[in-house]
Amino acid sequence: MEKIIAGKSIAVNEEGYLTRFDQWDENIGETLAGEANIQLSPRHWEVLTYLQNEFKKEVPLSIRKVGKSGVVDIKEFYQLFPVAPLKTATKIAGIPKPASCI
Amino acid sequence: MKQLVILGAGTAGTMMANHLSHHLKKPDWQISIIDEKDEHHYQPGYLFLPFDIYSPGDIVKTIEEFIPKNAELIKGKIDRILPKENKIRMDEGTEFNYDILIIATGAKIAPGETEGMEGVEWRKSIFDFYTFEGALALRDKLKDWKGGKLVVHITEMPIKCPVAPLEFSFLADSFFKHKHMRDQVEITYVTPLSGAFTKPKATEALEHLLKEKNIHIEGDFAIEKIDNEKKEIVDYGGRSIPFDILVTVPTNKGDELIERSGMGDELNYVPAHKATMQSKEYANVFVLGDASNIPASKAGSVAHFEAEILTDNIMRFIGGKPLKDEFDGHANCFIETGNGKALLIDFNYTHEPVEGSFPFPGIGPLRLLKESRMNHMGKLAFRWIYWNVLLKGTHIPFVSATMSEAGKQYN
Repeated sequence: MEKIIAGKSIAVNEEGYLTRFDQWDENIGETLAGEANIQLSPRHWEVLTYLQNEFKKEVPLSIRKVGKSGVVDIKEFYQLFPVAPLKTATKIAGIPKPASCI
Repeated sequence: MKQLVILGAGTAGTMMANHLSHHLKKPDWQISIIDEKDEHHYQPGYLFLPFDIYSPGDIVKTIEEFIPKNAELIKGKIDRILPKENKIRMDEGTEFNYDILIIATGAKIAPGETEGMEGVEWRKSIFDFYTFEGALALRDKLKDWKGGKLVVHITEMPIKCPVAPLEFSFLADSFFKHKHMRDQVEITYVTPLSGAFTKPKATEALEHLLKEKNIHIEGDFAIEKIDNEKKEIVDYGGRSIPFDILVTVPTNKGDELIERSGMGDELNYVPAHKATMQSKEYANVFVLGDASNIPASKAGSVAHFEAEILTDNIMRFIGGKPLKDEFDGHANCFIETGNGKALLIDFNYTHEPVEGSFPFPGIGPLRLLKESRMNHMGKLAFRWIYWNVLLKGTHIPFVSATMSEAGKQYN
């Protein structure tokens, strides 16, 4: 389905995750963060960029992996994205919801 | 004589030894299987121990009686795999060479990963039921428990048999009802997932059952620590949930031997191709069952389906033919829902569990994703099938290694 985000029509799934990462830009990230009541700081952007890079390398993401990444520890990850941080952060980053659950 | 070595004589390794014993024979091939334990446990039976439905004798047999005669069982602790040299080094220093290696060392709980889990309350008010000892300790605790807050908890995914904690909650509801003390017990199901299960349709059905049984669910809970003094689990977001009894599924990890061998990911699972089970790093190494990092459920049924396909692939590998990339993540699980009923789910990498009939499309006799007594009979019968059919590597009639879409209601 399509959703208007930051004035553009963007392809998303039923949970609101972007289905085409190439449609993502920083304005879309800001808008999606706003929907989750998060004001993005430079620190947020470091984490989002890290997540996007892992996605590009096709590395499956999990809270544990993020916590051991050296980019952010789990405690701070929760401070930055207080509710379900990995799900929220991946949505803002325009990448799929992690399938760490089987 | 060429050497095929299997590490681990659990469900996956034992099935594989039996499958291959029909194909690889002396004097061309020697099959060896290495394990340090003497006993083979029917792990799905751990779920029933706390409620005294099964007794220890129902679920313990010797490893030896399931190993085929033409395979050599080597008992001992493995120090490490030396994959570049095609060798296994044992703890006492002996080394074995292999031409083909199958890693089937499984997964186990690692309570030490969570702060406070193994504190003063461990096995006093904090229990697991993923070990024989844990399940028995919990049985003894439940026997004369007067009631209070029972919290059933998953630490992090992936875990073996992802439905087991739900089944535990359902059986607990049933157990306390029969003891006429259900109103004295508050049951809460705490999960790092957003809902009861990982796939939408099954989540919906299972959440309906939780509600019906008055089991409260707390989702998106990523545990930081257990406070032994206050008897609370605390998540990274600061949320805390008090308990009188905590039944937790600790972090699951692959065997430490994988870490010592430098062959695992951050949870000691061995990276493998999800459709062939071949190691991503070493062509003559294959990974079966819970030991691998493939995105399938960690469950005996998955290992069973994998083993059928892996047997073909080992023979192809030996014959220099390309491997079949056929494994589709097929899993088939009974879910006990209490009061003599169960659900059945059948799914794979791409198809979530849905309603329908199994194994005969339109006929059944088992119903998918619906509670029935027949499904419960199936679950109980499965213990017999496990010991007498599954471990021996005999094909289960009408149930194929890859999932069938017939008789299922996808829309």
